[in-house]
Amino acid sequence: MDKNKANTVLNSKLDAVTIALKKSIKNLDSYTHVRGESVYVDDINIRQGTFHAVVFDAPKAHGRIKHIDYSKAEALNGVERIFTYKDIPGKNEIGGIIPDEPLFAEHEVHFWGMPIALIVAESEFIARKARQLITIDIEELPVITTAKEAKAKGSFINAPRSFSLGDTEKAFKNCEYIFEGETFSNGQEHLYIETQGAYAEPQENGNIKVTSSTQGPTSVQKTIAQVLGVAMHKIEVDVTRLGGGFGGKEDQATPWAVMAALASFHLKQSVKIILNRHDDLRMTGKRHPYESTYKIGLSKDLKILAYQTEFLQNSGASADLSPAIAERTLFHATNSYYIPNVTTKVLSCKTNLPTNTAFRGFGGPQGMFVIESAIAKAAHEIGVSASQIQETNLLEENNTFSYGQIAKKVEAKNSWNSAKSIFNIEALEREIHSYNKTHINFKKGLALMPITFGISFTNTPMNHARALVHIYLDGSVGISTAAVEMGQGVNTKMMQIAADVFSIPIEKIKIETTNTTRVANTSPSAASSTADLNGKATLIACNALLERLKIVASEALETSKESIVLKDGFVYHNSEKPKLTWTDLINKAMLNRVALTENAHYATPDIHFDKSTEKGHPFAYHVYGTAIITTTVDCTRGTYEFDSVKIVHDYGKSMSEGIDLGQVEGALIQGIGWMTMEEIAYNDEGKLLSNALSTYKVPDIFSAPKRVEVIPLETDGHDLAILKSKAVGEPPLMYGIGAYFALQNAIKAFNPNYDLEFHAPMTPEKVLMSLYKNP
Amino acid sequence: MISFILNNKTIHTLEPSGMTLLDFVRYQQRLTGTKIGCREGDCGACTVLVGNLKHGAMEYQSITSCISPLGNAHGKHIVTVEGTNLKHQLTTAQDAMKANFATQCGFCTPGFVVALTGFALSNSDKNYNNAIDAISGNICRCTGYKSIEKAANHVVEKLQTKEETGFSWLIENGFIPEYFEKIPERLKALSTETLKASQEKRISGGTDLYVQQADNLTDLDITLLTENQELRGIHIEDGVCIIGANETASNLWNNPELNTVFPNLKSHLKLVSSQQIRNMASFGGNIVNASPIGDMTIFFLALNSKVTLITSEEKERVISLKNFYQGYKNFDLKDDELLKNIEFKLPTAHSFFNFEKVSKRTHLDIASVNTAIHISVEKDSISEVHVSMGGVAAIPKYLKNTSTFLKGKSLSAQTILEANTILQKDISPISDVRGTSDYKRLLARQLFFAHFTVLFPKYFNLKDFVKHG
Repeated sequence: MDKNKANTVLNSKLDAVTIALKKSIKNLDSYTHVRGESVYVDDINIRQGTFHAVVFDAPKAHGRIKHIDYSKAEALNGVERIFTYKDIPGKNEIGGIIPDEPLFAEHEVHFWGMPIALIVAESEFIARKARQLITIDIEELPVITTAKEAKAKGSFINAPRSFSLGDTEKAFKNCEYIFEGETFSNGQEHLYIETQGAYAEPQENGNIKVTSSTQGPTSVQKTIAQVLGVAMHKIEVDVTRLGGGFGGKEDQATPWAVMAALASFHLKQSVKIILNRHDDLRMTGKRHPYESTYKIGLSKDLKILAYQTEFLQNSGASADLSPAIAERTLFHATNSYYIPNVTTKVLSCKTNLPTNTAFRGFGGPQGMFVIESAIAKAAHEIGVSASQIQETNLLEENNTFSYGQIAKKVEAKNSWNSAKSIFNIEALEREIHSYNKTHINFKKGLALMPITFGISFTNTPMNHARALVHIYLDGSVGISTAAVEMGQGVNTKMMQIAADVFSIPIEKIKIETTNTTRVANTSPSAASSTADLNGKATLIACNALLERLKIVASEALETSKESIVLKDGFVYHNSEKPKLTWTDLINKAMLNRVALTENAHYATPDIHFDKSTEKGHPFAYHVYGTAIITTTVDCTRGTYEFDSVKIVHDYGKSMSEGIDLGQVEGALIQGIGWMTMEEIAYNDEGKLLSNALSTYKVPDIFSAPKRVEVIPLETDGHDLAILKSKAVGEPPLMYGIGAYFALQNAIKAFNPNYDLEFHAPMTPEKVLMSLYKNP
Repeated sequence: MISFILNNKTIHTLEPSGMTLLDFVRYQQRLTGTKIGCREGDCGACTVLVGNLKHGAMEYQSITSCISPLGNAHGKHIVTVEGTNLKHQLTTAQDAMKANFATQCGFCTPGFVVALTGFALSNSDKNYNNAIDAISGNICRCTGYKSIEKAANHVVEKLQTKEETGFSWLIENGFIPEYFEKIPERLKALSTETLKASQEKRISGGTDLYVQQADNLTDLDITLLTENQELRGIHIEDGVCIIGANETASNLWNNPELNTVFPNLKSHLKLVSSQQIRNMASFGGNIVNASPIGDMTIFFLALNSKVTLITSEEKERVISLKNFYQGYKNFDLKDDELLKNIEFKLPTAHSFFNFEKVSKRTHLDIASVNTAIHISVEKDSISEVHVSMGGVAAIPKYLKNTSTFLKGKSLSAQTILEANTILQKDISPISDVRGTSDYKRLLARQLFFAHFTVLFPKYFNLKDFVKHG
């Protein structure tokens, strides 16, 4: 396509996006957010007599506790009580998947920052002062900080997992090219701007209400009950909203809520815990670092015939969600490519780091980084561009994934080809080539990053949700679901569903807090599935109410139910608008004693997975897309900027372009952060060195790419996606992986002797060292 | 008693002056729109505005309230997000954030709204870059900033239609509530007694002290130096500049004369923290903090500055800044002494100044290595030169041997390459969270070369110094 024509196509597409954004519904919470009136845990009006608590944690990464002296701390004026494992009436156990994680250390500590005691005082300030007065004597034991070391010592969380397809060993024999190598991807701190926190309030009969900043209210409720040794119905967990989660509050919001509940249980007073930033950084887990080895085999025409990997996951000191995260690494180990012969293996390695946990992408990004590294290596050695290998191997309809699912409604090639043509990749490549020819101090690099991400909890039993919908006397509507609002806009989507079904203005609808007494036994808001699962449940509830209301209307208008339509707040009869309004209809329903409340349950159909064979159909559907990332590297200083990220993304039929675009952009920049500047550092003793915002850097406004253009891929969506609007939370994070390879390509343009290394993040330090390596 | 106006409310409080402004507004006044993200000035979630009555008019600046002592609010107007709210509608900044999907989880949002409102109230030129600078200290983990950029642009476009100075236009156009108009007269009428103070802790900007030891300050009455006019002011006379120890980086940024003699001053200072912090942090603080990596210290070392120290009996002592530092966090300041000012000769027609800094994140980060040079060249020969470098020794380092070597040499690639050999002996970087020693050595070399490619682009290119390319 010639340049002018290409620009016209692109501009018209960008204009369409701008128009869609203007029309798109705004986030329901925006009004209170921008006025500072939204309520987070730390903003709740606390009860008189509320105590504040601070956690006392291990000052060593591994060892036996010989002695702890709390006496000076307890004697401090204003300190109410210090709680330890001895004060736990039920089980000292908070592990979700595997029971291997105590709430408080008993005789041994397993990571630097492991909670040992809870200091409860009149103020947080006093509790912190008291913490400084505690002395502890620890007999140190050997510390493991890396997965490799753990593997060598046989320190694992559980048995390894392995997926396979075809006959990898045999296939390698038929390969023209075979390359092997190692990769490392570092962890990532969630850095939700709101730190972890909870507020527990005693109720009558020993019941406790806990407001928690958690993605998983049921898990908090269940764990509190287990630790206190009481029934779950005695514990009510309420979530207003989260100041960011990103997976960091899926499992790891739990301990603080349990501690607050435990103290409240004993003291019969309200207790609040808000972790300060340093405590949060030190005590909570992060994205798992992975050390991996790969072997990739290609035919002469660049078909990947065989791929083999071993992933070493640094799980930290206990299981938490590590086994599930390891599993998803295997699910996404081949990213968007069809490889007929695959053997992947993952080992969850037990180390003395804080327990690593869920983070947007949930092991998927770590797996994809390895296949992209393998492709980059192969391309470099063969002397072709990585995009040639990527393109040659893109997934097609009816291909089989290594876990046995048959790929349907595949958009890998569609998104790839669309990105290349809409953004005129040839011109882009030419520009970069000529820039690099004429510039010495700066070099540009480009990389393409296709993504394929499966939607569903891979643990099939978790794919369910409920919605409780009340229509009140005056026609206003209240909706409770299991969905936790953390910025992803799920509340807005729930409201849109109800507004659409009832055809009433959104002002008539309220989305309630997420509360275990209204919606019980829920899965966490995670796996990008929250809007699908809870939206489908909301849809079922609203439709059931609508059917009942139509009967009421048909009786009132003495006509058939089928001829009734609710539209714009009115009841229509055979497309005519009689005088009956929405509110009139509700009144009539009340007088007829029709139930105006519905509780609906949704469970994703068709999905299954058998862990004994490691085969099945775990995902409702997949999300696709392709990103083109360009960067400019300052070859004097080793610093860099991202000039542009151009994306064609598969939203399906987006319910809200504004909200979905926000998810794509936010995830992208978080992914770029993981791949470039966000560097977690522990010393050999297991002490976190990147322990503050001054030493752990996330992208700021200046480090965002200069241009981000996101064009929706035109598709039909998927029936299992809510209103065909596909899940959008996690998939775009993996576009950020392209940043690593764009930088690598710029470095290659400056230093032809640069030996490709796959060790993320690519910090300015690594860039500069690579620019001047092997002169 | 500390007296000030908080939003639309007059406050008289007996709380200790060392308490953070953040704790006061959140927990004493229950204005929970001001959020706690880091308590280190590194995220901007707690941004508030400080309004100062100067020559009868209000001047507003944004600050991070987490590292600001309550005592510094004395006699001022403090504005939190609640203080910007209109009754039944969103302000222009708020509406821009909403309309552009620039808020997701909402936790950082009030900080952005307040910073953008501060931009509207400020005297800075109403262009896009200045608007982005105004929110340079605000971290958002959800949006990826592109939507926030659109919101900022929206605010700028509206402000560019502004015709008059003063606040009435801003009020009419929904940027701020009406009560702002009465603030100057209310502040004038506010009786402000001198605050009681302990000699124990003397605090200027406090931007590092509150990061390091907030728990030891928060229940104290402290001595606040910020308003001490003797320690303020930027005076330029006969090619010599004297800057009061209490001056902020923002005042340097805004100084027209300094911007003339240091044409790249703004781009240098942009590498120093964020606007919120530049509005608070003092030079004196940066110098006596003695961090081996202090940006302003490195800046002034290359200017071969002198510092004046003063005792409580007003006895003065003048020493060279390069002799001030004696070891890690150890410097020549006696117990009774305060840093009064810093003095240096301005660059001339024949002399050139450059500042370089590389950190993991280009902005609002601590350097891996930073360096400055002030060099005079006459007839292609280096007549005078001072080079400083941070992050490469226990102290902010004046590169004495390197500077001595360069003096009198011809300005050639050969000279510079040889000087780098000397430089590598001058420095002794250690491996830490900011980088390995190998990296810092390489970076030191590269930034040293960068001084020359930046200052003498017609003479030098990167390829004159390195093999690749």
